[in-house]
Amino acid sequence: MAGSKCQPANLLTGLVFLADWLQQLTIGIVLGSVYALIALGYTMVYGVLRLINFAHGDVYMLGAFFGYFAANALRTAEHPSLWRAAAVFLIAMGLCALVGMTIERFAYRPLRQAPRLTALITAIGVSFLLEYGGQLVFGADPKSFPDVIETKPVVEWEYKGSFLIITNTQVVIVVVAFALMLLLRFIVLHTKIGKAMRAVAQDREAAALMGVNTDAVISFTFALGSALAAAGGILISLYQPSIDPLMGVLPGLKAFVAAVLGGIGNIPGAVLGGLLMGLAETFVIANTLWLPPILMRLGMAKESASGVDISNYADAIAFLILIVVLLVRPSGLLGSVQREKV
Amino acid sequence: MLEISRLDVYYGVIRALHSVSLHVGKGEIVTLIGANGAGKSTTLRTVSGLLRPLAGEILFEGEDITDMPPHRRVALGIVQVPEGRRVFPQMSVGENLDLGAYARKDKAGIKQDLERVFSLFPILAERRKQAAGTLSGGQQQMLAIGRALMARPRLLLMDEPSLGLAPLIVKDIFHVIAEIRKQGVTVLLVEQNAHMALSIADRGYVLETGRVTLSGPAKELMANEEVKKAYLGG
Repeated sequence: MAGSKCQPANLLTGLVFLADWLQQLTIGIVLGSVYALIALGYTMVYGVLRLINFAHGDVYMLGAFFGYFAANALRTAEHPSLWRAAAVFLIAMGLCALVGMTIERFAYRPLRQAPRLTALITAIGVSFLLEYGGQLVFGADPKSFPDVIETKPVVEWEYKGSFLIITNTQVVIVVVAFALMLLLRFIVLHTKIGKAMRAVAQDREAAALMGVNTDAVISFTFALGSALAAAGGILISLYQPSIDPLMGVLPGLKAFVAAVLGGIGNIPGAVLGGLLMGLAETFVIANTLWLPPILMRLGMAKESASGVDISNYADAIAFLILIVVLLVRPSGLLGSVQREKV
Repeated sequence: MLEISRLDVYYGVIRALHSVSLHVGKGEIVTLIGANGAGKSTTLRTVSGLLRPLAGEILFEGEDITDMPPHRRVALGIVQVPEGRRVFPQMSVGENLDLGAYARKDKAGIKQDLERVFSLFPILAERRKQAAGTLSGGQQQMLAIGRALMARPRLLLMDEPSLGLAPLIVKDIFHVIAEIRKQGVTVLLVEQNAHMALSIADRGYVLETGRVTLSGPAKELMANEEVKKAYLGG
């Protein structure tokens, strides 16, 4: 993490380490906006089907791979340009939309009438299929994602010995992620298919009785969520350019947690949850002065040249936050309490 | 208009309908009466396509629609007002009505029908922006009917429209059903309130444990001793 060179900033001494603190904020928002993009897919599919699509994180992985092949084919590293970058996104998003629709059609639709647990277990199966099928097809070794945009700093600021560096890549990630979220918001709230999605989410049978082709709407929902995940996969690869077939496991899990944190089925909730997960993860690493001594005493962390390495605990603490939030608000931050149907 | 013959419907291994046959003529109000669990709603849900029969046939204006998915039946003009109203609670009244017209593309006609619904139920015009879940039960039933009318139905399937409503509102609803028929819509009405249903219907069918046990003109059914004893409270 960027803050490891200097003293870890503490919120209380934040003014002294203002630059460092802003640096953590930047990284947190970058990670969080990608988690948010993935979380939207979980929450939308849950909304229409009440299904946790555990294969969603792997669709994100496929998005990164499709982007990798598209970027290589278009030789973006040699000839970076805006339209090539856009093409990489559109190709990967389109292919992932097809993958998502295919998964829904062949893995989940035949189980529409089956108990929910059956579909859930199938989702886990599809996830394994994509992960290990991916190893078979792409190879298990990490691949280096080609440059799509030339990374350079847009903000460089030193303040009392700590640094804030924001790169154009980070800006692109946040801008693209939020542009896509606004697009999604527009689709859901202001288009006919969006209205049908909301109707299916609220009452699938009643929607069918209105003349809504519910299968088509569910299929469209998978396409939309998968395309967003693909965008997330490419965005993260611009930032951490090493991709492998298991790269979707942890971000997928965190995005799922983000969706639950925000209130699953709730679209703004997924965005909020994603951002909170990204920020929590980043700040946990940077700001827990009290943690390293405890971990060392417990023999759970070792001191190295760069200080005490606690980054492995960041995920554990992020999940701890989830548990605490859910203890207080079981339906998530923005989730509504399920009313008893009368 | 609607011709159902020898319909068998199962819920898993439980048989809900035994060879049910009935027909509805153009412009009629036909009612299905019977006790709880007699198969009234099941019949209606099979006509709208929410349930698939194991055997039997459904013809709508001569066309076999037995295996047609519900959304295509709506496009043909078969529209159901579901039991328990089932409005979309988090959407506004206006959005609910828009969804009723989901299968249609004739903008002018949709606008005209919206006016018609608002003149039938002025309260819906007043509450147009309000979330449907916050309406009272009677208002939700009006919205459910209005929403169905937005599909410009030719055959309106109504499942227990009086369920859970105050007697005064029930009267209003039945008045509206008569009005809808006057405008040329055929109605197949399922009701527990047999007295109300038969007083408005042209013909009726009595269902008992998944079988049609009696049928005929509504007036005759009302005069029938067994019907009186079982469904009309004396």
